[in-house]
Amino acid sequence: MRSSTIGWLFLAPTLLILLVFGMLPFVYVLVIGFTDWNAFAAVATPHFNGVENYRRLVFDDQVLTALWLTLRFTIFAVVSELILGYFLAQLFMRDFPLKGLFRTLHTLPLMVAPIAVGATWRLLTVPGLGPLSYYLERWAGIEYRLNTYASQAFFTTVLMDLWHWTPLVTLTLLAGLSALPKDPFEQAQIDGANRFQIFWHITLPMLRPVILTTVFIRAMDALRTVDEVWMLTGGGPGAATRYIGLHIWRVVFPKTDYGYGAAMSLLTLYLTIVLCWLLYVALVARKRSGEDSR
Amino acid sequence: MKGRGGKLILFLGWCVISLFTLFPIYWMFLISTKTRVELFSMPSFLPGKFHWDNYINVLTDSAFQGYMLNSVIVATSNALLVTVLALLATYALSRFKLAGKDNIFFWLITNRMAPAAVFLLPLFLLFTKVFVLGGISLFDTRTGLILLYCVFNLPFAIWLLQGIMDGIPVELDEAAMIDGASTFQVLTKIILPLAKPGLAVTAILTWVFAWNEYLFAATLTSVEARTITTGLAEFVTVTGTNWGELAAVAMLTLLPAVLFLGLVQRNIVAGLTFGAVKE
Repeated sequence: MRSSTIGWLFLAPTLLILLVFGMLPFVYVLVIGFTDWNAFAAVATPHFNGVENYRRLVFDDQVLTALWLTLRFTIFAVVSELILGYFLAQLFMRDFPLKGLFRTLHTLPLMVAPIAVGATWRLLTVPGLGPLSYYLERWAGIEYRLNTYASQAFFTTVLMDLWHWTPLVTLTLLAGLSALPKDPFEQAQIDGANRFQIFWHITLPMLRPVILTTVFIRAMDALRTVDEVWMLTGGGPGAATRYIGLHIWRVVFPKTDYGYGAAMSLLTLYLTIVLCWLLYVALVARKRSGEDSR
Repeated sequence: MKGRGGKLILFLGWCVISLFTLFPIYWMFLISTKTRVELFSMPSFLPGKFHWDNYINVLTDSAFQGYMLNSVIVATSNALLVTVLALLATYALSRFKLAGKDNIFFWLITNRMAPAAVFLLPLFLLFTKVFVLGGISLFDTRTGLILLYCVFNLPFAIWLLQGIMDGIPVELDEAAMIDGASTFQVLTKIILPLAKPGLAVTAILTWVFAWNEYLFAATLTSVEARTITTGLAEFVTVTGTNWGELAAVAMLTLLPAVLFLGLVQRNIVAGLTFGAVKE
């Protein structure tokens, strides 16, 4: 066709930037993770120390707690977003006045900077200032203090994530629902299936690829949440909302224990990939076995 | 839910849902227009007398002006750079026979999936100790951020433009080639005008993503290249209790999102799902 040299020339700057700023840090963190590099150590030159950093990680309670909290946050957030998003997507499947405008408004949180989302929620929840704390205390008699009660802080971060990301789930599920063929639904109605049967036996199986993609993307994003939570709770009270990204950034970084920090970064990356892979396999395998049994 | 009654119920339902979506932002706006004294009285959901002092204080503060300027420069330069590079890259991937280009495309896209926190440490070390030329490092420079933001913005832009580029018939550039046009002329005279809407969406969304970024900016800058998002975070840790100004800065931070919302809302979902979901 055409000289491929020109093609490579066009591609070169993109490849170069992504190699230097995308690949190199990955290789670098891999290497540092096997050293005892510590900027404040008596001997500042890094030495190879094998898997020592990884051995330490397995017994580091703070890390294990952070990982567990992150997982709990991800599960709570993604599951509630799926349920709420599905409900809202179904509402968008019908016709009503000003639908386009409502859709646009619904997209708004997706565009807002995560750090501003955190600021917004902080202003809603600060005692004495935010309406949430004021009315919960006044009407429900609940003492609402994010910097005192761990579970309140945890569920508020989940709620904030719901506000920020449910629109994404709504819109992906809406895209999936709109693409479904009409025939199976009409046939099921003729056969006298009730609403739940239609949902369970027709909508859900046909929507599975879209649900899978949505869960995958949301889970990956939720696992790396940092900005919003940092702004809302600062990881507290104590370490109650110190998710793994926050832990790496706020606890490991200031210590300049580079080798250990690198190992922890890699472990996090590895666990993220494994978790997403497991999720994928679980959902795909279930689909396969369902097909076999038929 | 058929007929008029059903539509009315749905309409009212969506009014309530939108209220939930908008309320946090509306509340922040209210806070940003109140004086310190008014803040800690009983929460009122109705706008009182508007005081613009918080905005005036923030906008006339020289440190904050620097943050704003940095954010504008970083986001704009990054958006332009990314759009141009993505145009060239997608043109190459779409029109040239390149060995292993499907693998290259896949590798380009995966760059977007990397969790930022994982790469903070290696990037910090690279920026302060390795990317140093004649005593000048990339740390705390706008150039550093502009180049780094390519890591998440380029894959997105390439994915978005690839579809558009493949949609432009090859016959058009072949006809121009026969008429003696050079590759560069084909790109500027044929491809560019046809890809314009797609390029605009790409530029706007990459601009917003760069503007919104916080974690890299917070870690890889210290004084000179701080951006508006890092400035917003500083309010909580340093000034602590000046909620009015915090709200004003937060309003300014989310302004671009609101301004560009209508233009790109159809593309943002596809963009955030790596193109897995198309509308």
